[in-house]
Amino acid sequence: MDFGPHLMLASLEGAVTAAILALTAMGLSIVFGVMRVVNVAHGEFYMLGAVLAWVVASMVGASPALGFVAALVVAPLIVGCIAVVADRVILQRVEYDPDRTIVATIGLLYIIQQTTLMTFGPDARPVEPPFNDRLALPWFELGESGFEMFWPWGLSITSYKLFVIFAAMAILTALWLLMTRSKAGLIMRATQQDSETAQAFGIPVGRVYSYVFGLGAGLAAVGAVLVVPIQQAHYLMGHDPLLLSFIVVIIGGLGSLPGTVIAAFLIGMSDGIISVFFTPTLAKIFATLVVALVLVFRPQGLLGRVER
Amino acid sequence: MTKTPKNAFTRRGLLKSIGAGAGVAAATNFMPDVARFAHAQSAGPIKVGFQMHATGIGASYGRWYDRTTQAAAKRINDMGGINGRELEIVTEDDGTDPKRGAEVVEKFATQHNCDIAFGTLFSHVVYGSAPRAGELKIPYFVVSEGHHVASGKLNRYTLQPGITDVKSQVQAMAPFVSENLGKKITMIYPDFAFGHDHRDYFTAAIEAQGGEVVASIPIPPTETSFTKYFPNIPRETEVLYHVMVGPGVLTFVKELGEFFGDQGPQLFGFIDSLEAVSFGSPGLEFLEGSYFWEGNPRHVQADQSEHDKMYRAAVGVNEMGASVDDPKDVSTYAHMFGCWETLNIVKAGMEAAGYAGPDDRAALIEAVEAMTDMPHSDDHPQGHKVFNGKTHQTFGHQYISKVTDGKLMVQHTTSVEDGMYEDEVDYTTMSF
Repeated sequence: MDFGPHLMLASLEGAVTAAILALTAMGLSIVFGVMRVVNVAHGEFYMLGAVLAWVVASMVGASPALGFVAALVVAPLIVGCIAVVADRVILQRVEYDPDRTIVATIGLLYIIQQTTLMTFGPDARPVEPPFNDRLALPWFELGESGFEMFWPWGLSITSYKLFVIFAAMAILTALWLLMTRSKAGLIMRATQQDSETAQAFGIPVGRVYSYVFGLGAGLAAVGAVLVVPIQQAHYLMGHDPLLLSFIVVIIGGLGSLPGTVIAAFLIGMSDGIISVFFTPTLAKIFATLVVALVLVFRPQGLLGRVER
Repeated sequence: MTKTPKNAFTRRGLLKSIGAGAGVAAATNFMPDVARFAHAQSAGPIKVGFQMHATGIGASYGRWYDRTTQAAAKRINDMGGINGRELEIVTEDDGTDPKRGAEVVEKFATQHNCDIAFGTLFSHVVYGSAPRAGELKIPYFVVSEGHHVASGKLNRYTLQPGITDVKSQVQAMAPFVSENLGKKITMIYPDFAFGHDHRDYFTAAIEAQGGEVVASIPIPPTETSFTKYFPNIPRETEVLYHVMVGPGVLTFVKELGEFFGDQGPQLFGFIDSLEAVSFGSPGLEFLEGSYFWEGNPRHVQADQSEHDKMYRAAVGVNEMGASVDDPKDVSTYAHMFGCWETLNIVKAGMEAAGYAGPDDRAALIEAVEAMTDMPHSDDHPQGHKVFNGKTHQTFGHQYISKVTDGKLMVQHTTSVEDGMYEDEVDYTTMSF
């Protein structure tokens, strides 16, 4: 394949990765921003979302579209509820102490992962996409008679992958409106800035924490439901998103929503493009190098604020 | 920002409790051994340590290797055990991890007092475990497909009598590929030992047939998205040879279909790319008419043997290769027969050697090395095999199937001789 079309294909694949990553990393970022909790079990909430999407879709059964829509609504809700319970039962008990929440969420990671292995099993399970047409893409080249349009071999994307990109953008916009324009967002931001003062003003900080933890997990689950018609649900699938989310959140700045989106785009695209034209290992090296450079020269992240 | 709770963990406190926990764990692990030594060893059951991929990326295989192993053990015990003693399977999880694999072998030898160790599919786990088995002088029977046993890289204690290796498989099938599908081949394979076996031996085998590998595309085993690799497939490719393993396999095959639409090359795949995956899964329709290697035909064929019928029923597999209890639970049918056959070989070897206890381990290995012909039977339901005692590797039939109406229909069965190659090692000359 020529360089141009190949680059376009790699960018499109990178954009799908970036869209999912932005949703997942956003969940991690919000939880850290508001609660100052480093949630190591975040990847498992992602995995749970995918697995529940399969369960819901196969229970509904009727048509793929109906099953998918049901999964998109139900799976994140269930995952959110599980996260709320985990917050009440575990994180509140350790008083959100930074060290102990890390250890506690590591434990949660294994509990969720192994419970899934014991109940759902080790196989990768597919969810049928609601629509999945192969769209061949054209390419333009400057020929003898000006610009010519042709259809390179293999240059294509599926309608579902395009949908994933737009759905992620829509959800992120909604989230931004929620955080900046709604009362719930105001409460969350107040808790983020100073939880003690917020409590003094009558904000039920404990309940806000629970909901935020649920919201973070729910976002990871939404990302997973979107991805599961492309990649299958599997009990070990939470590992990579967790690692990449941490990378994204560190680069973007913990707690900064625009920073997270920018970093997700950067990492997703670089992963797509570098691993195609060089090697996948180099893409990982690049991501890790960016993290190191950010930590050295801009420890608060690209758009993070310095702690006072 | 950081609050210090009253009952905070200190590092010292944490270390203390970890230390205490480890001490208790070590003590409880040790206790049963003391008790066990009190019994005469020959009176108890024969213990086979089963290294199982219960967790990790091999868990789908592990579950079916376990079911097959348990079914084979039950059949052996129903027939009176081995040398009049019960066969007991001691299962340990290797996490599909080479380091853990070696630890598990050690546990079998020193803690469980197993007579032999028996395992496992993923070649890197076998690679990691075999040296430890050699050091501990415990026979290690593997069901892995890797060429490492016959290549001479392992040791006298490691044998693979129940399943053929990649070198033999690809050599047997290369003529079919070049005669029926095409001569310009692009290979896509996982970037570790097992995939490299495919790359090296298939490239050599197809060149011997006058064909050519026009491109080799390695993919990291942890990859989850594949479309970006496909543009590297040269346009001139006539046959796309694919073999993938792990949880990403279904995504891989699906994206392959989406990439090519209806203008792709011929596909020849190893069933590994779709083990434990139903052919009815959404997005796999494009596989219709493509070809697969199978170690053992997943879907029941018109000429099904009595032995396959018996074996399917014993393990609990239906006509479509799925669990009789759950049709969505598809087996790893092309590989797991190896567990069944290996246990029967162990039984035959122990009986030939008059095996009584760990002192007879060398005699057991010599007895298995002396085996050659293994006829198609209830003990060997996959088919006739010929074991080479010098290289510790078995040779057998391979099946090439075509996807027809969503079912794998066998088109060609290779002869045992098709897969044979020159010895690369003579383990029998090595000392115990």
